[in-house]
Amino acid sequence: MAETVLRAEGIEAGYGRVQVLWGAGVTVRAKESVVLLGTNGAGKTTLLKVIVGLLPAWKGHVFLDPDEVTTWRTDRRVRRGLAYMSEIGVFPGLTIEENLRVGGQFIEKSALKSRMDELYGYFPDLAERRSTLGGALSGGQRKMLGIAKALASSPKLLVMDEPSAGLSPLFVSQVIQVLSKFREQGLAMLIAEQNVAFLDLADRVFTLEGGRIRFEGSVAELEADDSLHKAYFGLS
Amino acid sequence: MRSSRARRALLDAAIAAIVVAGMAIARGVYSNELMLFNFIMFLTLSQGLNIIYGFTGYLPFGYVGFFGAGAYGFALAVMHLHLPALAAMGCAGLAALVLSVILLPLLRLSGAYFAIASMAAAQALYEVIANPDLETVTKGPYGVSLAGVFAPAASYYLALAILAATLLVVVWLRNSRFGMSLQAIRDDSVSASMAGISVVRGRTVAWTLSALIAGLVGGVFAWHISVFYPDTAFDLSVSIFATVFLLFGGATTLVGPLLGVFILYGVYNVIGIAVPQYFQFTYGALIVLLVLFLPNGLVSLLTSRGIRVP
Repeated sequence: MAETVLRAEGIEAGYGRVQVLWGAGVTVRAKESVVLLGTNGAGKTTLLKVIVGLLPAWKGHVFLDPDEVTTWRTDRRVRRGLAYMSEIGVFPGLTIEENLRVGGQFIEKSALKSRMDELYGYFPDLAERRSTLGGALSGGQRKMLGIAKALASSPKLLVMDEPSAGLSPLFVSQVIQVLSKFREQGLAMLIAEQNVAFLDLADRVFTLEGGRIRFEGSVAELEADDSLHKAYFGLS
Repeated sequence: MRSSRARRALLDAAIAAIVVAGMAIARGVYSNELMLFNFIMFLTLSQGLNIIYGFTGYLPFGYVGFFGAGAYGFALAVMHLHLPALAAMGCAGLAALVLSVILLPLLRLSGAYFAIASMAAAQALYEVIANPDLETVTKGPYGVSLAGVFAPAASYYLALAILAATLLVVVWLRNSRFGMSLQAIRDDSVSASMAGISVVRGRTVAWTLSALIAGLVGGVFAWHISVFYPDTAFDLSVSIFATVFLLFGGATTLVGPLLGVFILYGVYNVIGIAVPQYFQFTYGALIVLLVLFLPNGLVSLLTSRGIRVP
């Protein structure tokens, strides 16, 4: 079995007195792409926030194997090989070029240069607008920049929170296309989504309901489960 | 790409060099040395404020607290330790640094709360320094006289050296990874930490650096004028002027605060001398117009058109 990159187990967490996660957990192995499916309010974002260190776990453990990182600050986890892309991932006051430099600011200058060239190859729209401020980009471009910025540090694991949110179907397919290229390169990914189109990227799927993991398995197994199939594909 | 970044840094450094050289030459051709010194003082203070506000978004209304701490750090070192002026400058910087470390918890606040808390801290320090019961230590409200170390020429050129160093720090911040990290923290501290940036470290470095600059300016101010009172060293108008000059020109840039000081402090002196009866009206109107039409400062005339301003 491949080496485990991320292991989160028995996570309980919430906001104030409101508990959102009730013993949820997820694992991602090296070169594996995992999709975390869940409807609005299921706790996907909360689980990702605990994994990246933006929200403390009340109970449970997070491992960026082999280290337990449950109490580590976000920036330390990121320097350990984790990258997180969320809705708020772009710096509006910095140019595209500067956003990428910030994203990869703790890797070698020469490595960053070649990484940026590589990323511009994957995101030609960004390459054409290197001097444009992040705040002046459209929603789709901003999403692309968020992904590129997260990838600038050549992470071991890319964690994404609803990369399809607010995007037109055309942009969603572009995002999936780009991500599939990185998947082919062996980048481990954890993608929280409610858009089943992202299952095309999945080696394994977890479903989250009411703060608990309800299902773990392959896409085929998910599709074979009638109730889950109905819940996520909307078909009987 | 690297060469264009190097060219930008060189342009920034050239502008800094021109300003410093200009102020050095000005002393030989213009007799009002105190006015020139005040220009240098505000040029440095507005850039020091630029480091904490322009690069991290924290606006300390109590910035004068570091200035006052520096002035009194210098004065106490001269009066009680009998240090020569240059060594006393070290105490000025140290006093501001210590104060900045004590006030580090303020960085947990943001926006108006941070601004007001920093002002309260400066006021508290003023009350301690000006306390008549501490007359034997600080001379209380009666002020200090440092006639023994009075050296206007030496202090002028030291102020110029501090300005040069401050401008170089700003040039470095504008062209370094660390400076970009600070701007990322300013834009969005959560996203910055998600990019692997240590937000606490970045803010701490910017805060202490900014405080050190104000402390050194306070120290050299104390040396240059040699006789001053707590009311002078902790005068809130020092904070207000530095802030207004910075905002008038445009934060985060090198030339914004320079323009702010040269234009506004220039106007301040011209109007104050020529038509003092219209001074407050004219100055107030200028600031109101700026806030209404150019809230991001003069440089936004260019930056809003996508032009990079040094």
